[in-house]
Amino acid sequence: MLREELLEVLEKNGRVSVDDLSVMLGVSKEEIIHEMDQMEKENVIAGYHTLINWDKTNQERVTAMIEVKVVPQRDEGFDAIASRIYGFDEVSSVFLMSGPFDLMVIVEGKTMQQVSLFVRERLAVLDNVTSTATYFILKRYKDYGILMDSPKKDERMTIWL
Amino acid sequence: MAVRDFINPVVRQMKPSGIRKFFDIAAEMDNVISLGVGEPDFDTPWSIRETAIYTLEQGRTHYTANAGLKELRQELASYAFRKYQLIYDPLHEILVTVGGSEAIDLSLKAMLEAGDEVLIPEPSYVSYIPCTQMAGGTPVMVPLREENQFKLMADDLEKKVTPRSKILIMPFPNNPTGSIMTKEDLEPIADFVKAHDLFVISDEIYAELTYGDHPHVSIGSLDGMKERTLVINGFSKTFAMTGWRLGYAMGPDWLIHEMTKIHQFSIMCAPTNSQYAAINALRDCDEQVAKMRREYNRRRRFLMQRLSEMGMDCFEPFGAFYVFPSIKKYGLSSEEFCRRLLFDQRVAVVPGDAFGPDGEGHVRISYAYSIDALKKALERIQAFIEKEL
Repeated sequence: MLREELLEVLEKNGRVSVDDLSVMLGVSKEEIIHEMDQMEKENVIAGYHTLINWDKTNQERVTAMIEVKVVPQRDEGFDAIASRIYGFDEVSSVFLMSGPFDLMVIVEGKTMQQVSLFVRERLAVLDNVTSTATYFILKRYKDYGILMDSPKKDERMTIWL
Repeated sequence: MAVRDFINPVVRQMKPSGIRKFFDIAAEMDNVISLGVGEPDFDTPWSIRETAIYTLEQGRTHYTANAGLKELRQELASYAFRKYQLIYDPLHEILVTVGGSEAIDLSLKAMLEAGDEVLIPEPSYVSYIPCTQMAGGTPVMVPLREENQFKLMADDLEKKVTPRSKILIMPFPNNPTGSIMTKEDLEPIADFVKAHDLFVISDEIYAELTYGDHPHVSIGSLDGMKERTLVINGFSKTFAMTGWRLGYAMGPDWLIHEMTKIHQFSIMCAPTNSQYAAINALRDCDEQVAKMRREYNRRRRFLMQRLSEMGMDCFEPFGAFYVFPSIKKYGLSSEEFCRRLLFDQRVAVVPGDAFGPDGEGHVRISYAYSIDALKKALERIQAFIEKEL
């Protein structure tokens, strides 16, 4: 129960302090620390990320989703080829998919040229990769459950009985 | 030529809800952090809104049956059984209304004759008294006491009951105190009601918002109470649907029948679009409601902890989304406390006496706000108490 509720809170806000978590969930700080340590050890909590809306910064950033078809290998299945792909720093996510292609690869770069270059010269040429299809993200509306637009104003009355 | 006084004296003497002046000041002030609102901060779950959009596209823009869509009443019947073990016939014992408020009004109009007395626990929501008066009845206030965690006690009822007593209003989980009544708490009340042959209007609008190991119990589910209880509930608090104005009443067919007549002539039917959306709410939104409830509970714990750190006395409430701390030790009236807090720190909370004289000495703090908002507001309240009091 504690684990489920901790994850529910942390999934939305990785910065909640142990003090606040302890008060909000009604358990001791020691228990919170123990449970979080445990989950980090078990890799249930795999990381604490910051969700950045890059469109609001001056930095150029493009994201592409790439459908990749591959030839699975004997004994290794898709894992070996996946690891060849996820090793690149440019690759932020790799998923094995059901459907007409095999791997969904998410690649981030500064420019479209940079991403195209990566696909052409690094990804498409790998042994066992038979085809790629690249889709650039034009606009991010919602990511990780968060709306990218400015937060909504509270339109409720000041006082309501 | 002078125009004569056209206003009904009963209406003229009716006080506008709460303390109007204070509310108006708060509403016009800038940069106020408000903890004064009695409605969820969550938006209505998207599947409900999407259903409403779809039904508009489908052209479902007509009147429904007076009592409400049959399909909705059937869903309500199964929901009431699933949640509270209440058994009602969707065709004769359920009426869909414009918010729980309409149901309160209708039931009082349907039952009260001039001079009939209505036992109303206090502090409580502000509409019971005026609705009673408009229906020709006489409100008789029964105090809820802090030493009893603001639960209603049969002893206090015994002191106020007379041969003219007809109705008891049961406002639990309670606004503004957050107090709840367990089955054990309800049993003596049910015995009292049966002994004096009274009828209960049970306003259970906050039923889905109880915390800890205290699922809501409806007094209508107690032995021998179904035939003398009207259960009133609605979609506003549970599903964050305040603006949709949709509620319902479940009770004996003889009462629902008469209420439906008044409803038919004054309202015709509840908004069709809201009714279709509500079907989706009942069918598909248990998980979203549970999620909101867990979030409220975290805020509730947070508030209780902060109030106790600040040295404010507050009994621990297990329902609704309010805490009702005592401010007696600061030597100010609740209105004065709220006014000064508003001017000094720009935090709006509601004076307890807005909910009747028995609420004096308390303020209502709502936790229908994000943890961040609560944090900021509580820091300001702490600064106010430390510097000013």
